[in-house]
Amino acid sequence: MAEALMNHIDPEAIVLGVDTDSREAVIRLLAGKLKAAGYVKDSFADAVLAREAAMPTGLPLGHAVNVAVPHTDPEHVVKPGIALATLKNPVTFANMEDPDEAVEVGLVFLMALNDKDRQIEMLQEIMATIQSEEAISGLMEASSLDDVAAVLK
Amino acid sequence: MSKKTVLFACGTGIATSTVVANAVTEAMKERGITIDPRQCKATEVRSELNGVDLIVSTTQLPSDLGVPSIVTLAFLTGMGKAEALDKIEAELRK
Repeated sequence: MAEALMNHIDPEAIVLGVDTDSREAVIRLLAGKLKAAGYVKDSFADAVLAREAAMPTGLPLGHAVNVAVPHTDPEHVVKPGIALATLKNPVTFANMEDPDEAVEVGLVFLMALNDKDRQIEMLQEIMATIQSEEAISGLMEASSLDDVAAVLK
Repeated sequence: MSKKTVLFACGTGIATSTVVANAVTEAMKERGITIDPRQCKATEVRSELNGVDLIVSTTQLPSDLGVPSIVTLAFLTGMGKAEALDKIEAELRK
């Protein structure tokens, strides 16, 4: 059994109820948290935004809330970790499967990846979480770190 | 049936394609098909096609590759997973 997702997410990098209207603002906010906590280099935010423009990471889930999993190449990363944002109002990402299609995203997992084994574990944990409608609604309703931890433990 | 070579592609060729490769390789094993998984970036697919029976990608692929391909998010989102596995199995049993 893989480690719980909560073990990969830094509590300092969880932001709940973000009130913004652009994916760039969300990515910069979370990248700033990861930078402050020592996970990524200065170049990380721009690199994630560039990759998102070329290779989007929006995942339509077929229920109320969709998810995005922005990430970038390992040279911008110091150590692996995940930042999490729940959004007050959805922002537009492009669909990973079809960049011309918009996906309204309410939940963002920004991943700092540079360790092959850890990143597979992290992604698998994220995918297992987002495949549970209960977990998604639990995260969207979370108003404290304890709420998030209770969903992701 | 002999081993089938499947090329798994995604944006970076490291993250999502690994998750998909693990999921598909395991599921096909249960269905009696052994997969030799390879991985690459979607943009580099054309130079990795030697001996490949099928491409499974989470993102758009170049056109006219001459190898059967399936683009699906099913192994990330869970939606349509059984159908995607059926499609992959059917393609590999051809």
